[in-house]
Amino acid sequence: MAGGIKKFVVGCFSDEKVLFPAVKNVRRSGYKIHDVYTPFPVHGLDHAMGLRETSLHTAGFIYGITGTTTALTGISYILVHDWPLNIGGKPHFSLPAWIPITFELTVLFAAVGMVLTFCYLCNLAPFVKKHHFHPRATDDLFVMVIECTDKTNDAEVQQFLQNAGATEVNVQEAETGWWIGRYHKEQKLYKEEKGY
Amino acid sequence: MNHQFELPANYKKWTYGLIGAGLLALIWGIAFYHPFTAPVAGAEGEEAVNSTRFWAVLLQNSVFFLLVVNAAMFFICVTTMAMAGWVIAFRRVSEAISSMVPILGIITFGILMALVFGGRSDIYPWVDKAAVAKDHILSGKSGFLNPKFFTIWSAIVIILWYLLGKKMRSLSLKSDENGPMDYETGKKFIWDNTVYASLFCVIFALSVGSTIPWLWIMSIDAHWYSTMFSWYTFASTFVSGVSLIAIFVIFLKNQGQLEYATEEHLHDLGKFMFAFSIFWTYLWFSQYMLIWYSNQPEETKYFVQRIGTAEKSGPYHVLFFVNLAINFICPLLILMKKGVKRNWTMVTFMAVLIIFGQWIDFFQMVMPGTVHEHYHLYPFEFGVACLFIGLIMWGVGKYLTKHSLLVKNHPFLKESMIHHT
Repeated sequence: MAGGIKKFVVGCFSDEKVLFPAVKNVRRSGYKIHDVYTPFPVHGLDHAMGLRETSLHTAGFIYGITGTTTALTGISYILVHDWPLNIGGKPHFSLPAWIPITFELTVLFAAVGMVLTFCYLCNLAPFVKKHHFHPRATDDLFVMVIECTDKTNDAEVQQFLQNAGATEVNVQEAETGWWIGRYHKEQKLYKEEKGY
Repeated sequence: MNHQFELPANYKKWTYGLIGAGLLALIWGIAFYHPFTAPVAGAEGEEAVNSTRFWAVLLQNSVFFLLVVNAAMFFICVTTMAMAGWVIAFRRVSEAISSMVPILGIITFGILMALVFGGRSDIYPWVDKAAVAKDHILSGKSGFLNPKFFTIWSAIVIILWYLLGKKMRSLSLKSDENGPMDYETGKKFIWDNTVYASLFCVIFALSVGSTIPWLWIMSIDAHWYSTMFSWYTFASTFVSGVSLIAIFVIFLKNQGQLEYATEEHLHDLGKFMFAFSIFWTYLWFSQYMLIWYSNQPEETKYFVQRIGTAEKSGPYHVLFFVNLAINFICPLLILMKKGVKRNWTMVTFMAVLIIFGQWIDFFQMVMPGTVHEHYHLYPFEFGVACLFIGLIMWGVGKYLTKHSLLVKNHPFLKESMIHHT
């Protein structure tokens, strides 16, 4: 994931009723929404933002069948070829006894794989610091972030957000993508941030 | 929009066609399978089991379809207790299906009584008093497996299903009469619903969740027992019940009705079908694996009758694994994707397949202990199934035309209208 410092126009909304039409208008005007940060999951916002359906479940399915095959090949190699044991007179290849373990490994692979994939997709990892566009996004503000390109006139975007009902508008520069502890300026504590 | 529904001519044609075909099969059975003569002891071959086959098929179909329509009421009750709003858009459909409980209940009870008091020890070995006295295991179980307890408990259970189901339906129907509810009335309405729903669930746990499948079906193999059997039967009928609800919702949607039931509701019904197919497999497998693992002769007998042993495969070998393929592999692989659960055609197809699969499941629960290797899947078996399907279509059609298709004053209606998965 390519990082690099980019310019963003940030608009804060105090109500989701204002946010929804604003998201629609911003998209209609052709601006690129980087993301919308909300204090709680807002139903239907992904749809309004035009985010594509996640493929996480497809990844989960692939991890799951990987787990299934790992378990079945592993157990059958060990119990049939490598070290056959007589367990209660059962045949060496006794599928029913393996099903619980196969199931568990399927679930384990799918769950762990999906969590890791999710973290990767969201750029989450230990020691990775994320830029907060507004500290109150975790409290009570809906923060819409619009990515600027070379051609974007940020004054115009700011005016646009103001008209759409944003209570607070500003321009920020932030690094995107995977960056581990690199900052162009010192991150402030939540308490010291403006607007707390 | 008017929520009154008129049955299309096609529906009526199918209903009477299926009932007619079923009656024909029944008459055929009465004429040629000699159901009222007890089988000759020691007789071998096809002819000797025909009488048993007649009753076994009736038992399988009546119990299966009764438990399926009753599962529709259980669906209403659990969703009521969970305060689920999304089901309200098609709640009348589940009510309509559950309204068949009294009729199918009477038919099933009649068949059970004919078996128990007609002395059909070929179906229920424990009704033969002389044999029970000689049999150590059966006499040990006679406190539970005896005609008196069987009759009284079956009657109580069917009547309670009927009464509590009727109460749930009448609460919903009565809400149509007055206008929209205010806060207090709505609160009281939900409370009343919750009380009767929880009563139903308690009765359901004591009947379908435990004793009833033991008595009605498991006692065919009277020497064998599995405490998991009732759960397994419950999963089987519940997934069929949800599938039946889905079929009727799709049918009404095709008729331009149920404007508030959308793809979102279909998606959730599809999830139920998927999830409970997996749940069914979990119980199917758990029952199988524990018996396979411990390898006790008195327990493995049940599976030896079906799959056979390593040396000699049993008469139900193919059916047993076809059953697993239809009820596990197909739902798992086909219903897994979101697009399929939101596709009306695919859900219809899967719902029909699941009901057929669970019917086969019941078939292989009942047949090995009764007709042994002389089982058939001939027009007679399917004909009797048609009779019950026709009856359900008739009852559901009657209920749907008599009442509004929408519970229009239900406090959760709006939640159902804006439901979004």
